[in-house]
Amino acid sequence: MRILVLIKQVPDTWGDRRLDPASGRIDRHEPEPVIDEIGERAVEVALRYRDGSEAEVVVLTMGPESATDMLRRVLAMGVDRAIHVVDPALEGADMMTTATVLAAAIRHAGFDVVVAGNESSDGRGGVLPAMVAEHLGVHHLTGLDEVVIDEESVRGVRVVGSERVTVRAALPAIISVTERSPEARIAGFRGIMQAKKKPLERFSLADISAELPARRSIVTTVEQAPIRTAGTTIVDSGDAAVQLADFLTSQRLV
Amino acid sequence: MGTVLVLASTDRKGRIRESVGTLLSMARRLGDPVTVVAARADEVDDAVETVTAAGASKVLIAEITGTGEWRENAELEAATAAYAAVNPIAVLAINAVGAREVAARLAVRIGAALATDAVAVRTVDGAPLAEHSVLGGSFTVESRADAGPLVVTIREGAAAAAGDATTPEVSRLDNLADAEAVTVESVEEIEANEERPDLRTAQRVVSGGRGLGSAEGFELAGRLADALGAAVGASRAAVDAGYASQSLQVGQTGVTVAPQLYVALGISGAIQHRAGMQTSKVIVAINKDSKAPILEIADFGIVGDVFTIVPQLIDELDRRR
Ligand SMILES: Cc1cc2nc3c(=O)[nH]c(=O)nc-3n(C[C@H](O)[C@H](O)[C@H](O)COP(=O)(O)OP(=O)(O)OC[C@H]3O[C@@H](n4cnc5c(N)ncnc54)[C@H](O)[C@@H]3O)c2cc1C
Repeated sequence: MRILVLIKQVPDTWGDRRLDPASGRIDRHEPEPVIDEIGERAVEVALRYRDGSEAEVVVLTMGPESATDMLRRVLAMGVDRAIHVVDPALEGADMMTTATVLAAAIRHAGFDVVVAGNESSDGRGGVLPAMVAEHLGVHHLTGLDEVVIDEESVRGVRVVGSERVTVRAALPAIISVTERSPEARIAGFRGIMQAKKKPLERFSLADISAELPARRSIVTTVEQAPIRTAGTTIVDSGDAAVQLADFLTSQRLV
Repeated sequence: MGTVLVLASTDRKGRIRESVGTLLSMARRLGDPVTVVAARADEVDDAVETVTAAGASKVLIAEITGTGEWRENAELEAATAAYAAVNPIAVLAINAVGAREVAARLAVRIGAALATDAVAVRTVDGAPLAEHSVLGGSFTVESRADAGPLVVTIREGAAAAAGDATTPEVSRLDNLADAEAVTVESVEEIEANEERPDLRTAQRVVSGGRGLGSAEGFELAGRLADALGAAVGASRAAVDAGYASQSLQVGQTGVTVAPQLYVALGISGAIQHRAGMQTSKVIVAINKDSKAPILEIADFGIVGDVFTIVPQLIDELDRRR
């Protein structure tokens, strides 16, 4: 069994993230690029299955040179090998391009299960796993809070409205997990040493026979919203509730 | 005027989701809406009635043959057939898990550009444009297709439903591809509070954080919400601690809200939480810690204990009524 995990490098959400006003693309230098937390959880889901089986866990990312650091980090968590698709033609890729290229890389690598996060913290599209599934012609189960993988199938729990639905699909399949899935394990010293010897392959678009889609979405305008500032702050000395009620009344909110 | 295809999604029981009203009012800004619905034979009449009441005048029905337990694949086949039938300039779906995936897979199939989580749409020289509020509302971006149609998913609650009952023109789509693939093994109902407004569309929201200390403590948020006619939200820490259900999480990885009033109780205001609520019109925060970041964006901030202030506030609001 081969499990491929999709991970992504994103600007750290603890920093002030910005768009480049000219291109409308996210500024990938500031704040510092890190692995998207949801991708780490996806790796954890794959590793938990591998802990009790013979499966191979491979991480795959499409991204700039700097993404290599992130790949080393997850190799140290216990992932077997890493694949990095890096090509100058991919700068500013839209979702359609990303899905096309990831699908080509997945096909090239071979897989039984692909695990992804449900939404990246920068793009927040939440559609990539489904788009990849469409390209590959496999089932997709997305937005799963809990996942059980076995030899033939994958099963998971998705919350839709007021229902917790347990769904199942035959392999091969692609799944996406939510932040309800377990937190990632911490890499130990041994893992970090081993990671240095693990395979990390780099592919260009030509290497994986990826053809870019003909049509794409383009950003036409970018506008920064005014920064919010503090209004009144009071320290409660017994009458804060009354003052707040006055404020709400003055704003016609009650 | 170009045709705009509206993908009306249904729940597992075949009921049309309310969001179709939002989609129809957005679609009208772009052109002439045609609504496609995938429904079982016994659901068709109800479906037509619901979309009509929400303002649909042209309806395409694709009949589902299977059990209909998992509808996304059937909805995709219906959307594909409808697309071929009407040749639209844009396709609109709601940006909820499931529905947005149907839209995205359609975009892959037809090789069209995709724009997700739009908060508004308009046309320029006849071409559809999508407006997005990104990075927690700190930027507004417009996007369009470089060529061909634009598939757009619309943020839930982005526009009021514009329901005008009409007499619809209904036609059927035939010869759909077979679509069963995912099996539903079991379903468990989660307790939902139907009396409170929906978080995504509410004009007032009261959110509770880890500062409420326990599930019982969290009920304070519910009590204030009821006094204000508000929806209840929560921080991720409150959700992780089990005080509130996951569907109530506000923030970067939860729901994005932009109500008239947002009240944060015992929430520190981490950047990821602010990303989901900072475009609210008026922000009120109560926090014990005068350095809590939420106070930096609050229009009215109180440094104090929620357990003393909120009950007093509820009494005060009662008294003024
Ligand atoms: C990738 C990523 C995504 C995330 N997504 C989200 C998200 O979508 N939504 C989200 O909310 N968070 C998100 N977080 C988590 C976020 O970073 C914070 O951990 C979280 O918002 C903290 O929640 P909190 O403010 O309730 O808890 P805390 O930070 O623990 O704050 C509790 C606050 O309550 C105050 N308090 C305690 N007792 C009282 C009292 N009696 N009266 C008044 N005040 C009191 C304290 O002073 C404190 O400020 C995300 C984090 C990451 C890394």
